[in-house]
Amino acid sequence: MTGHAPAKRPNQLFRNLNSKIASIPMILIAVGIFFGGSIWTIIYSFTNSKLLPRMSFVGLDQYERLWSTSRWIISIQNLAIYGILSLIFSLLIGFMLAALMDQKIRFESAFRTIFLYPFALSFIVTGLVWQWILNPEFGVQGIVRSLGWESFTFDPLYNPDIVIYGILIAGLWQGTGLVMCLMLAGLRGIDEDIWKASRVDGIPMWRTYLFIVIPMMRPVFITTLVIIASGIVKVYDLVVAQTSGGPGNASEVPAKYVYDYMFQAQNLGQGFAASTMMLLTVAIIIIPWAYLEFGGKKRG
Amino acid sequence: MANISTLNTTAAGFDAVAADVSGPRGRRPKRALSRRNIILYGTLFVAALYYLVPLYVMVVTSLKGMPEIRMGNIFSPPMEITFEPWVKAWGEACTGLNCDGLSRGFWNSVRILVPSVVVSIFVASVSGYSLANWRFKGSELFFSILIIGAFIPYQVMIYPVVIALRELGVYGTLTGLVIVHTIFGMPILTLLFRNYFASLPVELFKAARIDGAGFWQIYFRIMLPMALPIFVVAMILQVTGIWNDFLFGVIFTRPDSYPMTVQLNNIVNSVQGVKEYNVNMAATLLTGAVPLIVYFVSGRLFVRGIAAGAVKG
Amino acid sequence: MTNSVSIRDLSLSFGAVKVLQNLDLEVHDGEFLVLLGSSGCGKSTLLNCIAGLLEPTGGQIFIKGKNVTWEEPKDRGIGMVFQSYALYPQMTVEKNLSFGLRVAKVPKDDIDRRIARASEILQIEPLLKRKPAELSGGQRQRVAIGRALVRDVDVFLFDEPLSNLDAKLRSELRVEIKRLHHALKNTMIYVTHDQIEALTLADRIAIMKSGEIQQLDEPMTIYNRPVNLFVAGFIGSPSMNFLRGELAEEGGRTVFQTHGVSFSLDGYDADSPLTPGRKVVLGLRPEHIHVDNHQVGSEMHDAVVDIEEPMGADNLLWLKHAGHTMSVRIGGAKRYAPGAKLQLSFDMTVASLFDAETEERV
Repeated sequence: MTGHAPAKRPNQLFRNLNSKIASIPMILIAVGIFFGGSIWTIIYSFTNSKLLPRMSFVGLDQYERLWSTSRWIISIQNLAIYGILSLIFSLLIGFMLAALMDQKIRFESAFRTIFLYPFALSFIVTGLVWQWILNPEFGVQGIVRSLGWESFTFDPLYNPDIVIYGILIAGLWQGTGLVMCLMLAGLRGIDEDIWKASRVDGIPMWRTYLFIVIPMMRPVFITTLVIIASGIVKVYDLVVAQTSGGPGNASEVPAKYVYDYMFQAQNLGQGFAASTMMLLTVAIIIIPWAYLEFGGKKRG
Repeated sequence: MANISTLNTTAAGFDAVAADVSGPRGRRPKRALSRRNIILYGTLFVAALYYLVPLYVMVVTSLKGMPEIRMGNIFSPPMEITFEPWVKAWGEACTGLNCDGLSRGFWNSVRILVPSVVVSIFVASVSGYSLANWRFKGSELFFSILIIGAFIPYQVMIYPVVIALRELGVYGTLTGLVIVHTIFGMPILTLLFRNYFASLPVELFKAARIDGAGFWQIYFRIMLPMALPIFVVAMILQVTGIWNDFLFGVIFTRPDSYPMTVQLNNIVNSVQGVKEYNVNMAATLLTGAVPLIVYFVSGRLFVRGIAAGAVKG
Repeated sequence: MTNSVSIRDLSLSFGAVKVLQNLDLEVHDGEFLVLLGSSGCGKSTLLNCIAGLLEPTGGQIFIKGKNVTWEEPKDRGIGMVFQSYALYPQMTVEKNLSFGLRVAKVPKDDIDRRIARASEILQIEPLLKRKPAELSGGQRQRVAIGRALVRDVDVFLFDEPLSNLDAKLRSELRVEIKRLHHALKNTMIYVTHDQIEALTLADRIAIMKSGEIQQLDEPMTIYNRPVNLFVAGFIGSPSMNFLRGELAEEGGRTVFQTHGVSFSLDGYDADSPLTPGRKVVLGLRPEHIHVDNHQVGSEMHDAVVDIEEPMGADNLLWLKHAGHTMSVRIGGAKRYAPGAKLQLSFDMTVASLFDAETEERV
C-alpha cells in the first residue's frame, strides 16, 4: 500500500447538514418559542406592561396584586377542587371501566367506542351539552320536579357554591374514556401468565388486582396522572362554554384569568404574572415526575 | 334461553352416559346469567348510558320545535320531528351582526384545518425522522425541550407568539394560525413520528445509505411509504385537535374568520334575543360532527393515536 | 498479494465506552475474512465502520488503496448484506435490487443487465415481481445478497446474514455463499458469532474480544494453535478441556502436573521454554483424547465415566480424571455406562499450553 496522507476529518458543522436544515423548525420552536417564550413571559411578569409589553420593572407588584385579587383566589380554589376531584374520579372510574372491559366481555369494541367518543368532541361542545342538561328549568332538575319531587334542587350552573362540580361532571364525561383506554392498554400489557399463576394459587381476583396488577401498572398510572394533571391546568374552553366563568365569577379558572387580562382587560403584566403562576403549578407536578422517571438513569 | 341451553347440555350428557364413559364429558354447562355476568354487564350498561345520554339529548332536542321544548322533558323523544333547527343553525343563526349561520364557521374551520394538518404533519414527521435516524450533536437536547414544552400551559407562551407573528406580519391571518397550530402540535407529533421511525429496523436505513440514498431520498422513498399507518394516526390526531381548538381561534383570527367552535360558542352563549335551545343543539351537533365522524370511521386507529401519543411519553 | 481493505489504528468510542481500540487489520484482495466473536465484542461495529455507517473516533480506513475514512457509504465501493435482510418492504424484488442504481442514475439498460446477471447467479429470476413479504427467509436473504451483487463492487460486507434463518436453511445458504465467493472472487468480510460458519467459510478468521483482535489466522491454525486461553475456549464445541497445574521435571523430561498426576509433554511444540515450576493451563480438545487406544501417546491414564451423551455420529463422554471433569469425543458406535472404567491417552502434538498468568500460549 502506498502511504497516503491521512484524510482530514470534515468540518463537524457540515456533517448531517440536511438533517440539521430539516430540524430548523423544531429547533426554532423548542428553543425560540417553548424555552425563549416562557423566559420572556416570566421576565415581563415583573413589569407593569399594560396594553403593550414595556420594560419597566416593578418587582413583585404584579404578584402582590394577583394574590390580593379575589377573582384569582377563586380561580386557584376552583382549579384545586376541580383538579383533585377530577384526578381521583377519572383514575378511579377509568380503572374500574378498564378492569371491567378486561374480563373478556362481549361487545368490547362497542363499549369502548361509547366510552371514548366524548373525548373526540371539543370542550366547547361538551360544555354546551352539559349546560343544556343541567339547565334548571328544562334539564335534570326540571324533570325530577315534574315527576312530583317539587323541592328537588340540582342547579350547579346557577349556584356559585357548587358550580365547579357542574363543570367537573362535564369534564369527567369528556375525559374518562381516555383514562380507560390508557388503563386498558396497561392491563393488556400485563403478562397472561401472572393471571394464570394467581388462578393456580387460588388468589381472589380483587386481591390480584390490588396487590399484583396495580403495583405492576405503576408506570401507566404515573404517566396517566401527569397527562390528566397537565390537561387540568390548561382547562379553559370548558368553562367558557359551560358557564363563562359565572355565576358572577364563581367558576373562574386561572387559564381564563390569563386570557381575560392579556386580551380583554389589556393588563399584560397581570396576565404574565398569572401565567407564570400556572407555569409554576405545572413545574410542581412535572419536576418530581421527571425526576422519578429520568432521574437516576440517563435518557436512552 | 338459559333453559333451552341447559336442556341441550343435559341431552348431551345422556349421550355420553350411553357411550359408557365415566366422569364428566362434553361441554361444561354454561350459565349465561351468572351473578358475575349480571354485575359485569349491568355496570357496563349503566356506564354506557351515562356516556350516551348527552348525545341522545343533543339529537332529541335538535329535532324538536321550541313549543315542545318549553313544555318540558329534555329526555322525551320528539313528538313531531322537525329539521327546522338544523337549517337555521347552518344558515341563519346570528353572531353579532352576521346572520349567515354556522356555515361560515364551518368553511373557516376547513380553510384552517387543511393547511394546518398538512404543514404540521410534514414538519413534525421530518423532525421525527431526523431525530430517529440522523441524530446530530444536540438533537436530543432540542427534542427534550420540545417534550417539556408539551406540558407548559399555552398561556405562558401565547403572548410571545403573538408578538412574533405580528413582527412577521401574519398576526390575524390564516398563515399565522397555521403556524400556531404547527408550533403547538409539534411535541406530540414529533414524539409520535420519532418513536415510529425508531421502531423500524435500523438496517433498512443502513441498506438505503449503502444504496446511496440521501436524507430526502430515504425519507420520501423508503420511510414515507412504510409510515403510512402512523401518518393516518397523526392525521386523526390533528384533524380532531385542530377542529376542536378554541383558544387559538379566538386569539389568532379576526371575527369574520372565526373557526366553527368559536362561532358556536358565540351563537349559544350570546346574551341577546330569545334562547333557541333546539337551534343551539343542532349547532352543537354540527360542530361535533366532523370529529365524531373521524372517530367512528377511524375506530382502532384513533385509540392507537391517543395511546401512542400518551403512553410513550 | 495486494490489500483490498486496510484498517489502521482504528478507534471508536461512544462517550466513555471504548468499543474499538487501536485496531489494525489488513484484508487481502479476494480474501474471505470472518470476524468472529460473541455479542458486544465490536465485530459489527467494525463492519459498520468499514461500511461508513459509523464514524470512527480515530484512525484510517483504506479500501482499494483509497482513504475512505470520511467517505459516504455509497462512495466506498462496498455492498452490504444484513441479518434482518433489510429489504424495502414496499418495493418488488426487482425494485429492491435496482434502488441503489436508480438513485445513482445508472442508465436503464445497464440496470436491466446487472439485475439479469445477479438474479441468474442467485437463481431468483422467478421472484423479481414479488414483494419481500411474499418470500421465504432464504429467498429474502438471496435477494439481499443480490442487492449487493448488482452494485458491482469490490468488497462485500456481511453482517450475520444467516442468523435469522433456521438451522437447515442456514447450512444450505452457507454452502451457497462459499460457492458465490469461489465464482466472484471478491473480497468478503463476514461477521458472525457462529464458529461453524467461521470455520467453514473463512480464508482467515479474526477472533475479537472487547474491541480487539485476539488472533487472526487460517481456521485450522486457530483451531489447533490458539494463541491464548480465550481463543482456545471460544473455538470448538464442546469446548477445550482446561487442566490447571504446573510444569515439572521428571526423569529428565518436562511434564505437566495436576493433582499429583503427571502428563508427558512429549511432542508438544513449545513457543517458549518450558521451565519447571511455571504455572500453566493444559488445553486438550475432546477429540484429541483417546480412549483405550494404545497407539497414541506413550502413557495411559485411568479414568471413570461420569455421564455419556450419545449424539448419533459421535458419543461424548464426561470423565473424571486427575481432579478434573473432561469431555472426550469418541465414535458413535462405542457405548459406556456411567461408572465404567477406561484408559486415556493424550496426543500432545495437538495440545495447547497456556501461561496461567498471562493466558498466552506457551
